[in-house]
Amino acid sequence: MKEVVVLSGKGGTGKTSLVASFAALAQSKVLVDCDVDAADLYLLLKPQVTEENEFWSGQIAFIDKKVCTECGLCQEMCRFGAIKDYFVDKISCEGCGLCSQICPVNAIIMQSCMAGHWFISETSYGTLIHAKLGITEESSGKLVTLVRNSARLVAEEGKFDYIISDGPPGIGCPVIASLSGANLALLVIEPTLSGIHDLERVIGVCRHFGIPILVCINKYDINEENSYRIEDYCHNNDIEVAVKIPFDNVVTEAIVEGLPVVEYSDGKVTQQVRELWKIVSVKLNN
Amino acid sequence: MIISVASGKGGTGKTLVAVNLALTLSDVYRVQLLDCDVEEPDAHIFLHLATNRSEAVVIPVPRIDETKCTYCGRCAEVCVYNAIAVLKGKVLVFPELCHGCGACSYLCPESAISEEGREIGVVETGDSGNMEFIQGRLAIGEPMAPPIIREVKKHIDRVREVIIDVPPGTSCPVVEAVKSSDFCLLVTEPTPFGLNDLSLAVELVRKLQIPCGVIINRSGVGDEKVEQYCQEQGIPILLKIPLDRNIATLYSKGIPLIAGMPEWRGVFVTLFQNIKQIDSASRVVK
Ligand code: SF4
Ligand code: SF4
Ligand code: SF4
Ligand code: SF4
Repeated sequence: MKEVVVLSGKGGTGKTSLVASFAALAQSKVLVDCDVDAADLYLLLKPQVTEENEFWSGQIAFIDKKVCTECGLCQEMCRFGAIKDYFVDKISCEGCGLCSQICPVNAIIMQSCMAGHWFISETSYGTLIHAKLGITEESSGKLVTLVRNSARLVAEEGKFDYIISDGPPGIGCPVIASLSGANLALLVIEPTLSGIHDLERVIGVCRHFGIPILVCINKYDINEENSYRIEDYCHNNDIEVAVKIPFDNVVTEAIVEGLPVVEYSDGKVTQQVRELWKIVSVKLNN
Repeated sequence: MIISVASGKGGTGKTLVAVNLALTLSDVYRVQLLDCDVEEPDAHIFLHLATNRSEAVVIPVPRIDETKCTYCGRCAEVCVYNAIAVLKGKVLVFPELCHGCGACSYLCPESAISEEGREIGVVETGDSGNMEFIQGRLAIGEPMAPPIIREVKKHIDRVREVIIDVPPGTSCPVVEAVKSSDFCLLVTEPTPFGLNDLSLAVELVRKLQIPCGVIINRSGVGDEKVEQYCQEQGIPILLKIPLDRNIATLYSKGIPLIAGMPEWRGVFVTLFQNIKQIDSASRVVK
């Protein structure tokens, strides 16, 4: 069982369209949406939920007004500025528990909070593990780890060959959680100066955690000069650029139709995506 | 006034809006542009403005004085992030898990724990004319963006017009960046992905009780559902930016829209006036 995580630095570079297309192209696989706070993959894969689970993460502090003597110690000590006027701001509280440990009259209790849901679903392309993090919640990294672990179990039980994962944007906690122990990171990048800048940072994170990298340039023809720069940069850093996908509005049309682009059109984009999946699967099996 | 520019989904043109709004306003007003997308800060690419001051962002992590420590295990017990483990004759600290809450050092019965700063990123500032620019950068391999965002926001000068470029998504870094702004611009695109992520972002700003308006980027691709949604929800659509090859090319080269196509200046002036109007109206209601 091999896992590929599709990442893009900033997001919005066509990552989810690619993952949905891989879902249609790959034979034996489990799909995971690790972009837990703006999950879009389900819009293309139309899952039937077979298992819904609550995601309990961390705790937040609650002050019992009847017990509190308003001594002020908790608000002075909270490093996250979460207590004002003897009231805990749920959004700022990081759940560290310091206040409840030090309150002289034990007026503060820590309450567990449900931070979202995660699902095991069937789609016409195979099993999909996905999640919905509650708005404004923390711990997206923990939820990513949870859906990935669940995908592993499903893949092991079903003896599937691949786990295909739609990664989160950025380089922080959810990305790190989506990468650890993966077999390949596929970086989808657009030929803009900001895209190049983002690419360098994502490559940095993948290298930091020792994950092999493959690059795909999307909409390469919106700025061919920048595309050459990306190819140069990758070449100099020993990174393979697998394919260059042209700009084509069929990608957006397919999203509007709710279909993976390879099922919607047979044009140049689809050819390149097929080629890309071939390269990815060869890499994974090496 | 503080205007944050957010989008549930990455790559929708958030940075384009933030940069061009800030540049346009800096003709007349004293402006601050804050790049709070600290995982992938890109606004600087469009500014050609040298940042000349840099401060490290440090979080306090525990250091154990083993000559005082009795290996009682209290520190490990109070650390909810599992950043400390106490073994027989050894205390292990895992700095990347530590949130710097201070519980362990405060509660160690032997006063064996002091704190030392650990650098997790930087805040850089620079100015040119009326514009002050502040950006945060999370160090590669570090998971926690919010402390860097908090440091960036400490630079806010309420006398100026403040524009904040917010990270993508709807979880803790976004909350940290949007919180305490007077108005939030939500940039989206007219596709099912755009709509899905927009509705999450709307939920977020409503939870934070911040008035919002929508900007539709790449208007003309996709479908009408984003507009329908905004109408149903009573959210004003403040601007539509068409899908235009020239706009995309300028963006890819790192040239601000108002520099390459000066006719857009007026558009951003109107945008700002409309925001001001909504802001003063909502203040009257309050
Ligand atoms: S430390 Fe306890 S008693 Fe003191 S203000 Fe806080 S909750 Fe109230
Ligand atoms: S749990 Fe920690 S973050 Fe929350 S209020 Fe208490 S001290 Fe502050
Ligand atoms: S609480 Fe203090 S004395 Fe106890 S194990 Fe931790 S460092 Fe050592
Ligand atoms: S400062 Fe807080 S998070 Fe860090 S090790 Fe101590 S208890 Fe854990």
